[in-house]
Amino acid sequence: MSAPQTLFAKLWAAHEVMQRADGMSLLWVDRHLVHEGSHHAFAKLAARGMAVAAPDLTFGVVDHYAPTRPGAVAPDIRRMIDTLGQNAAAQGIRLFDLRDPGQGIVHVVGPEQGLTLPGLLINCGDSHTSTHGALGALAFGVGATEVAHILATQTIWQRKPKVMRIMVTGALGAGVAAKDLALHWIAKFGADGARGHAIEYAGPAIDTMSIEGRLTLCNLSIEGGARLGLIAPDQVTFDYLQGRAFAPKGAAWDSAVADWRALRTDAGAVFDREVTIDASTIAPTVTWGTSPEEALPITGHVPDPALLAAGAQAQARATLDYMGLTPGMALAGVAVDEVFIGSCTNGRIEDLRLAAAVLAGRKSRVPGLVSPGSALVKRQAEAEGLAQIFVGAGLEWADAGCSMCVGMNGDLVAAGQRCASSTNRNFRGRQGRGARTHLMSPAMVAAAAVMGYLADVRPLLEGRV
Amino acid sequence: MSGWHVIEGRAVALAQENIDTDQLIPARFMSAPRSTGYGGFLLHDARQDDTGHVLNRFAGTSVLVTRRNFGSGSSREAAVYALVDFGVRAVFAPSFGDIFAGNAVNNGLLPARLPAEEIEALIEALGSNDALARVDLNARQAVIGGHAVVFDLDPLWQQKLVNGWDDIDLTTQHQAQILQFRAARFAAHQWAAPTV
Ligand code: SF4
Repeated sequence: MSAPQTLFAKLWAAHEVMQRADGMSLLWVDRHLVHEGSHHAFAKLAARGMAVAAPDLTFGVVDHYAPTRPGAVAPDIRRMIDTLGQNAAAQGIRLFDLRDPGQGIVHVVGPEQGLTLPGLLINCGDSHTSTHGALGALAFGVGATEVAHILATQTIWQRKPKVMRIMVTGALGAGVAAKDLALHWIAKFGADGARGHAIEYAGPAIDTMSIEGRLTLCNLSIEGGARLGLIAPDQVTFDYLQGRAFAPKGAAWDSAVADWRALRTDAGAVFDREVTIDASTIAPTVTWGTSPEEALPITGHVPDPALLAAGAQAQARATLDYMGLTPGMALAGVAVDEVFIGSCTNGRIEDLRLAAAVLAGRKSRVPGLVSPGSALVKRQAEAEGLAQIFVGAGLEWADAGCSMCVGMNGDLVAAGQRCASSTNRNFRGRQGRGARTHLMSPAMVAAAAVMGYLADVRPLLEGRV
Repeated sequence: MSGWHVIEGRAVALAQENIDTDQLIPARFMSAPRSTGYGGFLLHDARQDDTGHVLNRFAGTSVLVTRRNFGSGSSREAAVYALVDFGVRAVFAPSFGDIFAGNAVNNGLLPARLPAEEIEALIEALGSNDALARVDLNARQAVIGGHAVVFDLDPLWQQKLVNGWDDIDLTTQHQAQILQFRAARFAAHQWAAPTV
């Protein structure tokens, strides 16, 4: 009998075309996803006079620069979208462009179209490609040089990362979401806590988690420094995928599920590192600083730099200064100027339902934008009456795209403005120059909207969920 | 890309941790073609907010010393382009974002790891000034402001930086094997090929 293996090791072995003497593996890429930002890679390919090796396995989406509000599109944004269209057409790549009913953020589109499947290796020139691991795929982000390499060869050279298991015991409390779990562990282990590792999430809290929650969790793996996140596929996964546009059908579906059932970590398999988190101890969590590791329960207080080690004080002061916060102040009660709900982290239908559950029959005290993760999510949210709740609360209901997560399309937070945001990065200038971002779950964003300040969502949910 | 063995230049310290890719190059500059030159975008907002920023005062800097988790965040290779086009050839830090470090090596930029204590000593020695630096890739040694250090670097990355290897050329030699792999994979797992 062969030694027990981790899920990660099985997936890696299934894609290894060869291993060099120096330990580098050449991996086969089942799906390659490109977006407007892939222009550098297409240019590199063109400079060599090469064509895309496997256009049938390459899929394009317009997301980073996608306009989400009516009005004229700036010429440089138009040019980015047109360039992707021209590259896709020239290379015979299926493109989900702005007019496509399946358009949306690449990490939302992949799973919901059934392009993302258990057992596949998926690459994209975007760090949050880790998202797709939620369905049991080996999925990781790569840079432009590697995108060009995949376009040219449909393979990628990689050194095998170490494997870390995060066991999540217990259950998340009411009003506590996958986002809170992610921010909790990143705060605990650091924004580079999982560097050099592939993470497998397992345990009772994962088994009972929806696919949307799992996608959020795997999405944020990269913010903890991990190369990728991974969850073993189960019946929840199969039920989510069955009938999706690009998912296998008929006999192919049956043989797929039979294969996928073997995609589990064997009992006794050894991980390089194992940690356990008790989900029941986690409170709704928000960030206060400019790194995702600077997160605290909403019941907490902003740190006081004077109490930190000497070397860390200057940076902590600069962070609080950037964020406009006073040392030691309570996080709950910090007034916000606007809210944003969307992104590949929390722009799926369940996210919108959770936010709408808080906002129903209430008004937002501050302006805000809701951008669904895809055109499909948008239509579904309208059919379910969620869009009407957002609009009724006074928020703007926009089209699908990356939108205010990164502001490339012009959806920006103004300098000095404080935004409660369901996105994944609170980096300086991420949502706009001088913007102050607090990351939190969509339900917590809705709570901030209703109160006008950072607030615990749990009392607002009483009698509602 | 051409390889290199030794660089001699000037070093400065960026005494900050978690310098992420959004700081290294704000998203609004990323639609520019590379031929524009990305050097002016490097740490753009920080340099504009603080005219006395160390990179404004020492525009000829080729070596950076900085704190943990440098290049965390996005896969945007543009963050590396900004460094390289500015003239930076080596960054010394206790840790780097994984994707950033890979991107750096693909563009001839050295992501050299040093223990946090040695980084702190270098930061203190450099202060807000620049100093002479010499980096020897073969020996994995550097002298920065008179301090000699031995840095940590994946031996494969060392080879790649020294030789200036281009992966596409290496891989296309294995084309037949790749095509065979594809055929076998899709024959054994029909579901793995996209339908529709
Ligand atoms: S939504 Fe944000 S994090 Fe996700 S792909 Fe778009 S820009 Fe990146």
